[in-house]
Amino acid sequence: MTRFTKIKKQACGLCCIKVKDLGVRFGDNIVLSGINLHVHCGTITAIIGKNGGGKSTFVKALLGEVKHTGQIEYRNTESGSKKNLKIGYVPQNLNIDKSIPMSVYDLFTSFCFDMPVLFRSKKINEKILKALSVFDAEDLIDKPIGTLSGGQLQRVLLSMAIYDEPKLIILDEPVSGIDSSGMRLFYEKMKFLKENYDMAILIVSHDLEYVYKYADNVLLLDKSVIAAGSPHEVYKTKSFDDTFGGFKFDDIGVISDSGIDDSMKKESKSIVKEEPFDASYKGGKHE
Amino acid sequence: MSSFVSLFSYDFMINALLAILIIGPLFALLGTMIVQKRMAFFSDALGHSAFTGIAVGVICGIVNTTISMVIFAVIFAILLNHIKKRNPENVDTIISVFASVATAIGLAVLSFGGNFSEYSSLLVGDILSISRMEILYLLIIFVVVIVFFCIAINKLNAISINPTVARSHRINVQLIEDVFAVIIAITVMLSIRWVGLLLINALLILPAASSRNISVNMREYTVYAIVFSLFSGLLGLFISYFVNIATGPVIVIVAAVIYFATYIYAIKYQKG
Repeated sequence: MTRFTKIKKQACGLCCIKVKDLGVRFGDNIVLSGINLHVHCGTITAIIGKNGGGKSTFVKALLGEVKHTGQIEYRNTESGSKKNLKIGYVPQNLNIDKSIPMSVYDLFTSFCFDMPVLFRSKKINEKILKALSVFDAEDLIDKPIGTLSGGQLQRVLLSMAIYDEPKLIILDEPVSGIDSSGMRLFYEKMKFLKENYDMAILIVSHDLEYVYKYADNVLLLDKSVIAAGSPHEVYKTKSFDDTFGGFKFDDIGVISDSGIDDSMKKESKSIVKEEPFDASYKGGKHE
Repeated sequence: MSSFVSLFSYDFMINALLAILIIGPLFALLGTMIVQKRMAFFSDALGHSAFTGIAVGVICGIVNTTISMVIFAVIFAILLNHIKKRNPENVDTIISVFASVATAIGLAVLSFGGNFSEYSSLLVGDILSISRMEILYLLIIFVVVIVFFCIAINKLNAISINPTVARSHRINVQLIEDVFAVIIAITVMLSIRWVGLLLINALLILPAASSRNISVNMREYTVYAIVFSLFSGLLGLFISYFVNIATGPVIVIVAAVIYFATYIYAIKYQKG
């Protein structure tokens, strides 16, 4: 059995990643403070917020790219032990030049294997093909990465990110530069990952409609957590309304087959009073 | 034909030939990653630090100034790497400041008492004066570079694409970058006397840049770079012998012709 098929198992739902009182400051400027987050494997958590609200900084702090206060803990309840948290990361884009002499095979090998990229190995080739096939990207293996479209590159990066069997996968605004059908495909893949792999998914997103449909939990950030919970709960808060004033639940109708029932749309018309929140995991799906 | 054979009746020509057979692939390999990691300006600045390295050696009374050059360049490279990391937006300015300061200090010290002409050969280099011992040093660094590449080429590649993603794949970005910078520093310092400060960066960059014009994957990129580097080295040596002009510039001119040829080819047939 190959490594890749081995990781394909249902989420146990018990592993959890806890962020406790995370804060980031650049000099005297407090960029983030008091962030608490509790995510479980088998869930999609979306981070939303206005530009400059600290979404990218939060991701950087999680990845260890910027210094932060507070703690990030990972508990694997399945084995009852604390382990180092392995995080997969898919950036917004790669900022590569179009003429870069690198194929998808080279890109994948550079990040995930030790065998020097100067030698092409049949074994590695097969492993990469298998990993790419999860995102229907196996045809791209010999393509120069400079010629890939945004969506194609995204699928390759996703395949790479999950190859290392991370417990948490972070996607930084992954849908920019992708058309509507591509975006839908992307979120369907996220759903597939959630249902078939043992990992927690954290997406930084601007796409409120898709977040509503696919995310289990939403974190609304503006230097701190200003709303958290299921999308249904968060989208009704005053903080959400203040941040995304123009957004209406009716907008969700642009997603065909969205599966959002009429009762939800009716509810949306009566904005409920803002409740105090905590950013902890609420569990279960929002439907 | 007989004049071609006579070329090898001179010891200095055989030495130069051996040196080019080592420097060619050595520079090509390093160059592929320098270009990939957009460090062309960095390696150029290292070359400029050679003067200060010699100056430090002269002041400290070190007889073999190559040693002081190497030590100074290694410190310079690591320092530059770390300052670069703290100011990622202003990399070219910072490198330029470092290079200018290093050159100025070196020139000031070496010109003290009007002795600079002694060191001016460093500017253009002279591959015909290389000795067997010095070829051996180059061979050793060549082997080190090959071993380093076998271990680190994937990681260097990954870092050049996206350091954050590289870190998430458990790659020690800072360590790899520092080791790479040190290896560039040592290579540049051990070759600068033969290639010359003014030309060393051209030899590092041109074969890789030419290869980049026409290759679509890493294997082609590396092989073409080595072939171009060796070809320009050998052709440059022969031309300079028969036409009687300095070897370094001729090699660079041949490498530049290859660059423009591949550039035009790319526009016409491939990537353009």
